Amino acid sequence: MSAPLLSVRDLKVHFRVGGGRWGRKPVVVHAVDGVSFDLRAGRTLAIVGESGSGKTTTALAVMRLTPPTAGSIRFDGVDLATLDGAPLRAMRRRLQLVFQDPYSALNPRQRAGDIVRAPLDLMDIGTPAERRAQVDEVFQLVGLRPEQQQLFPHQFSGGQRQRLNIARALASKPDLIVCDEPVSALDIAIRAQILNLLRRIQRERGLSFLFISHDMAVVEHICDDIAVMYLGQIVEEAPRNAFFAQPLHPYSVALMSAVPTVSGGRERAARRIRLHGDPPNPIDPPPGCRFAGRCPAARERCEREAPQLREVAPGHRVACHFVDIRAGVPVSPLSPVESTTTAA
Amino acid sequence: MTATETRDPLLRVERLSVEFQARRRTARVLNEIDFAVYPGETLCIVGESGCGKSMTALAIMRLIPENGRIGSGRVLLRDRDLAGYGTQQMRQVRGNEISMIFQEPMTALNPVYTVGDQIAESLRLHQGMGARQARERAIDMLKSVGIPAAERRIDEYPHQLSGGMRQRVMIAIALACDPDVLIADEPTTALDVTVQAQIFDLLREQQARRGTAIVLITHDMGAVAEMADRVVVMYGGRVVEEGRVEDILSRPGHPYTQGLIACLPDLDEHPTDDRPDLPEIPGVVPSVWERGVGCPFADRCAHTMDQCRKEFPPMFRTADTQRVACWLHEGKPI
Repeated sequence: MSAPLLSVRDLKVHFRVGGGRWGRKPVVVHAVDGVSFDLRAGRTLAIVGESGSGKTTTALAVMRLTPPTAGSIRFDGVDLATLDGAPLRAMRRRLQLVFQDPYSALNPRQRAGDIVRAPLDLMDIGTPAERRAQVDEVFQLVGLRPEQQQLFPHQFSGGQRQRLNIARALASKPDLIVCDEPVSALDIAIRAQILNLLRRIQRERGLSFLFISHDMAVVEHICDDIAVMYLGQIVEEAPRNAFFAQPLHPYSVALMSAVPTVSGGRERAARRIRLHGDPPNPIDPPPGCRFAGRCPAARERCEREAPQLREVAPGHRVACHFVDIRAGVPVSPLSPVESTTTAA
Repeated sequence: MTATETRDPLLRVERLSVEFQARRRTARVLNEIDFAVYPGETLCIVGESGCGKSMTALAIMRLIPENGRIGSGRVLLRDRDLAGYGTQQMRQVRGNEISMIFQEPMTALNPVYTVGDQIAESLRLHQGMGARQARERAIDMLKSVGIPAAERRIDEYPHQLSGGMRQRVMIAIALACDPDVLIADEPTTALDVTVQAQIFDLLREQQARRGTAIVLITHDMGAVAEMADRVVVMYGGRVVEEGRVEDILSRPGHPYTQGLIACLPDLDEHPTDDRPDLPEIPGVVPSVWERGVGCPFADRCAHTMDQCRKEFPPMFRTADTQRVACWLHEGKPI
């Protein structure tokens, strides 16, 4: 297998939020706490999790938009975590970002064409004529008309604004685009347009996506590989088909079962695994498994000893003490079918 | 809800139109909408933003912004027309007979009052309870919506609670006076999916216990499948389809409803590598200024005929309990 395009090892991002003076202990939020993953060229890795899981902070750290506390971020062999100044800027043209809110990510006083050309101007890519040609090309690629380059952001609809964001991200011909919840702020009927666009761009350009989302159905549609985060750590990572056919970590199982579906309806809701309470505080995470306090399958060992990610099937890693391997097949300690019997 | 049509509705919205004055012109944001809510059922109102879902809720509650007004039509709660009620009369209805919960629980709660004060307010106002009695009832309400350590939480302020807890408090406030109807406007959109599941469970459980009718406004067809007994689909300020949830999901009659169901991926427990592109609904919702006399969906519809642009269709009955406003069904009984 070829070397991964992006390889993150033991990434930590801690924020000090107070304390540290007058002999008091510093108060530190462990937003990302030891995250490792690989993204191969031309593929889409989705990082999913709920609010506070650290998925967006992970994405920002990969872009070096928030300083990593520890760990390495190797992009095409170069460690971005140790890069600064001009070399980092040179690498940035190969990594771009699409934000969640298409409204606030665009300068309201800049014309659409200038917005898309800005990365080329800032990074000094090509001659003015080449820049114009490149802007024309990406406008066409994302399905906007050339004359729309003269318009201001408020003259576009939400879906068109997100196309504009994608066009700007594509302008510098990056190898990797980090998409942070790119369809969450869009209307339902518009989401399909943007998801189809992202997949078409990937097919045509061979780009890689790091796709941050909380929406499991969207992720299933778009990803090749998936990593589930809970309270700053990856609890499960797997190829798409393996994960969606059988999630193994109890949190993944609960997360999947919480998604309401059109085909499942009430029956699915009745089979649902109910999680109680809220995630623990990232300032002072519990010593053992971070999910233990809410896990229906937790035992005494979980509170004592933090589970490590281990490979239970090819490419399928999970951080849970009680995922068994029976007859060569991994089995989750929690499954929706079992929960019906216990609930009844 | 098999016999819904034979029972008397609790709330009946009849040919309701809401108009706004802006740029010296009048815009009709709701155009002769008709639907009914039956006792103890859950009615989901679905559609994209800008279709009039939230405005419908505000019109029922008589909370339309100042530059708008009810142009015509009636809002019948049993046999009383709320559309003609004055401010004082409406105050007796809101929070008492009809309650509402909103999308963002933090902005809907008052940050400078404790949770207990905010629950007790409607109890003291509508039920004439004294301070002590209202406080006890408020603690009971917090317990019934699943807030642990209710005796302590009652003296906390909204910022001390998580998003899910805040929405539970909102539900406690809304249900304190045992209303007949609870209107929930996208109550879980701001919440995580595991918390959404808890809130849906809570709404179902409270409905079973109290017999409250719920009007759930949502854009998530998965939530509709899970919660609804009946569904109203809105587009461009009009009701375009109404029916039982199983009929709407399995045999949607309106092209817009069909598009809404098809355009989003549904979670598949047996994924394969065959992933065709999602069906798209082209274009966007027209603004109130762009709606002509015909069907507001005509510009995005794959089946548009000449007639669609000339006249908005009446509701054709495609089944006993399903009505569709689309010329494709012309000839069926109205």
